[in-house]
Amino acid sequence: MSTKKQKFQWWKWTTIILLVYTIIGGFLFDVPRLIILNETVRVLHFHVPMWFGMIILLVYSVVYSFRYLRYQREIDDIKSAAFAKIGVWFGILGILTGMLWANYTWGSPWNGDPKQNGAAIALLIYFAYLLLRNALEDPQQKARIASVYNIFAFAMLIPLLFILPRLTDSLHPGNGGNPGFNAYDLDSKLRAVFYFAVAGWTMLGYWVAQTNIKLEVIKQKIEDNYEEILKHN
Amino acid sequence: MIEKIQSSSWYIAFLKEVKIEWRQKFTVYGIFLYMISTVFIVYLGFQVRQGVVDPVLWNTLFWIILLFSAVNAIAKSFLSESRGLMLYYFTVHSPTSFLFAKLFYHFLLFSFISILGLGIYSVILGNPVQDPLMFFLSIILGSLGFTGVFTFVSAIASKAAQGAVMMAVLGFPIVIPILLMAIKSSKNAMDGLDRAVTSGDILTLGAIDLIVWSAALMLFPFLWKN
Repeated sequence: MSTKKQKFQWWKWTTIILLVYTIIGGFLFDVPRLIILNETVRVLHFHVPMWFGMIILLVYSVVYSFRYLRYQREIDDIKSAAFAKIGVWFGILGILTGMLWANYTWGSPWNGDPKQNGAAIALLIYFAYLLLRNALEDPQQKARIASVYNIFAFAMLIPLLFILPRLTDSLHPGNGGNPGFNAYDLDSKLRAVFYFAVAGWTMLGYWVAQTNIKLEVIKQKIEDNYEEILKHN
Repeated sequence: MIEKIQSSSWYIAFLKEVKIEWRQKFTVYGIFLYMISTVFIVYLGFQVRQGVVDPVLWNTLFWIILLFSAVNAIAKSFLSESRGLMLYYFTVHSPTSFLFAKLFYHFLLFSFISILGLGIYSVILGNPVQDPLMFFLSIILGSLGFTGVFTFVSAIASKAAQGAVMMAVLGFPIVIPILLMAIKSSKNAMDGLDRAVTSGDILTLGAIDLIVWSAALMLFPFLWKN
């Protein structure tokens, strides 16, 4: 075992502080009084950051896929897969929190809203990506083909998430004549928590992905040196 | 100019596709038959007389039939190539020109199939289209997108076990933006909306096609070396 002393990781402590602040502030701080929305406006601190987190993690995943194709290093593929996996988790949480909120404000959990549909399709794409990884045996082939599919899928995700929803009306705040974030939050009560919530949740995602990557690297090492480990025991 | 095209690598690969297809004509007939059977099942399933289907339903069903025909027609582009043959192509073609030949050939084949399919569909279920030119254009652009996605996905799926299942799982979510834009623009054409309205959607569809084709051509060299 290595005796290297763990260095003080300030950003992990910052994440914990931000999330504690988000949870306390998100549930207890005063929010603007609005019809229909009422107290459900608090979902802003838990639902919206999931999408920011998902997009950022998936962008990381694609960047590492590009790096893998460029330099052919195994670690880049491990990173790409880990970020995609955590991004999918964020997407699932985003859909669940959104459905819960929609149930109280729009009347039912699924309303065929274009953003909702887009999110579901994005999840289908990344489930397919994870399935593809499991369907390929040879590790190098798996890494290369999965990277290629990741980039191709991401190229199609851009029109799906950023262009098509803007061509049709959406029930989401800020679309189709619905007032956006700015109109709800004239006195910046929500902002005081929201920005920290986005930073906190995204950093949490990065943290989980880092842990995942470490675990994968250790697994890889064990697999590579299996015989040697057996000999020592 | 013509000589330059004739000696180019993609043209030779394209000719090879045509020749092989010509020798195995039954695969094309198979796709046609697939389409006719599906159209007829739709007709019998809805128990309709000519022209009674709701136009919105008519349009959506047509695109869904096209989608499933595309999966079956284009899946063979890479799934049917044997490993040894691929190795041979690898030595004589550059990846980009090889993929371009595949894309171009399957685009021609599939747009022919879809136009013919439209003919059969119209005869059996009626044709409520009011702006045929725009409808035709959206079919061509839709086929362009379908070909781009499914040819590339079949190149990926051919490396995995369970190719046919992987083809649908990997391809369907990606093809949705194209399908949605195609249904939207062909619906506008069917309702005979003003050209200015329809052309906006047609342009968006064309732009998505452009993204698909260029992404496929850029990424294929990495799939190729194996």
